[in-house]
Amino acid sequence: MAYLIDANKKFQKELNSGTAALVLLSLMSRSREPMYGYQIAKLMETGKDAAPMMKQGALYPVLRSLENSGLLESRVDPSVSGPPRRYYRITELGHQTLEIWIELWEHTKSFVDDFLRDGDHD
Amino acid sequence: MTKDIRDYLNQLRQRLGGCDPALIQDALSDAEEHLTTALQIELMETPGSAPAEALAAIIEKYGNPEEVAAAYLSIEARFSLGLAAPRSARRGSFLNRFFGVVAEPRAWGAFVYALLALLTGNLYGLWAVIGGGFSLFSLVFIIGIPIAALFLLSVRGIALLEGRVVEALLGVRMPRKPFFIRCDLNGIEKLKALFTDRRTWRAFAYLILQLPLGWLYFSLIGGLFIFSLCFLAGPILELVFHLPLELLGTDKFTPVWLLPLVCLSGLLMLPATLHLAKLAGRLHGRYAKALLVRK
Repeated sequence: MAYLIDANKKFQKELNSGTAALVLLSLMSRSREPMYGYQIAKLMETGKDAAPMMKQGALYPVLRSLENSGLLESRVDPSVSGPPRRYYRITELGHQTLEIWIELWEHTKSFVDDFLRDGDHD
Repeated sequence: MTKDIRDYLNQLRQRLGGCDPALIQDALSDAEEHLTTALQIELMETPGSAPAEALAAIIEKYGNPEEVAAAYLSIEARFSLGLAAPRSARRGSFLNRFFGVVAEPRAWGAFVYALLALLTGNLYGLWAVIGGGFSLFSLVFIIGIPIAALFLLSVRGIALLEGRVVEALLGVRMPRKPFFIRCDLNGIEKLKALFTDRRTWRAFAYLILQLPLGWLYFSLIGGLFIFSLCFLAGPILELVFHLPLELLGTDKFTPVWLLPLVCLSGLLMLPATLHLAKLAGRLHGRYAKALLVRK
């Protein structure tokens, strides 16, 4: 049973590694104002009854890698009560890339769905 | 059980032990920013709740140090492929490797860095000497300490900026976020931490040393590059445009029989200069890392 739980966790982790960047980029594209990590993490957990897709701490390295790819940009603002906060916003390249990623995602989703549906018929 | 944010950050640092110092710095500042903000908001929304319990719930969502360290390492492993120098030019015969350097982006990056170092080196050196001198002088007066603190903060800021240039042109992983200051310290303790942190003084030394280094890189690599170009274009300059190279001193124009040799030496000198720039870039990358990153 423990092995099954581990396998499920591993599968979820593999799914997340591919989708986290898409979800984050999509979320950033809908925001007009720059957002810092905590705000982004809170937005990702609202309105969902299920357990969160991934730990909040795993969002930050994805944000940084999106920034390194030029899809997000950031600035650091000092905070009165704590350490400085890094505010992220999507770039023009990020918007363009998101459109392509959504198309790729739709293709992948329909491909997987088709296979799963075929499995039901058997 | 994590006692407080400090304890969490120490555990995270341990989990990332042996990793790139710049990655550790990024992970620590991300974690501190998130945990501090989340704890402040949680305590504000539910006054009277125990900070330790609130923090435990926040960490449950954020991920324990082991999970967070694993997330950084997996993303870094993917990203660092982009930082690695292209390997195609390293294979093949000696001649291929010698002339292949002309097609290596990393060699040209190091070359641009060597030229840029004259400008940045002068600016850094002047700022360090003038700002440092003024701060030292102002310490005589009561306003001296804030001025010195502002100056040292500017030194750390410039060091961060220089790190970005080093990473972009020399391909050495450098910090991408401002340095990490403990949030549980009060203003005076933070000031003390700034003055006693060895990285502040190493960054200051780096800025001063960039002045002679900038001149050295620029004059050596820039000079050799100009010579290579002149030698390469020697025959055209002398025979077509009648511009003497003045190689032999007494004769203004190089003898015609010597021109092919001059051209050949230019052809060899150009890749040799780029190899030198690459070597200097690699050494400078290590030196910058030792001074600006290592704790």
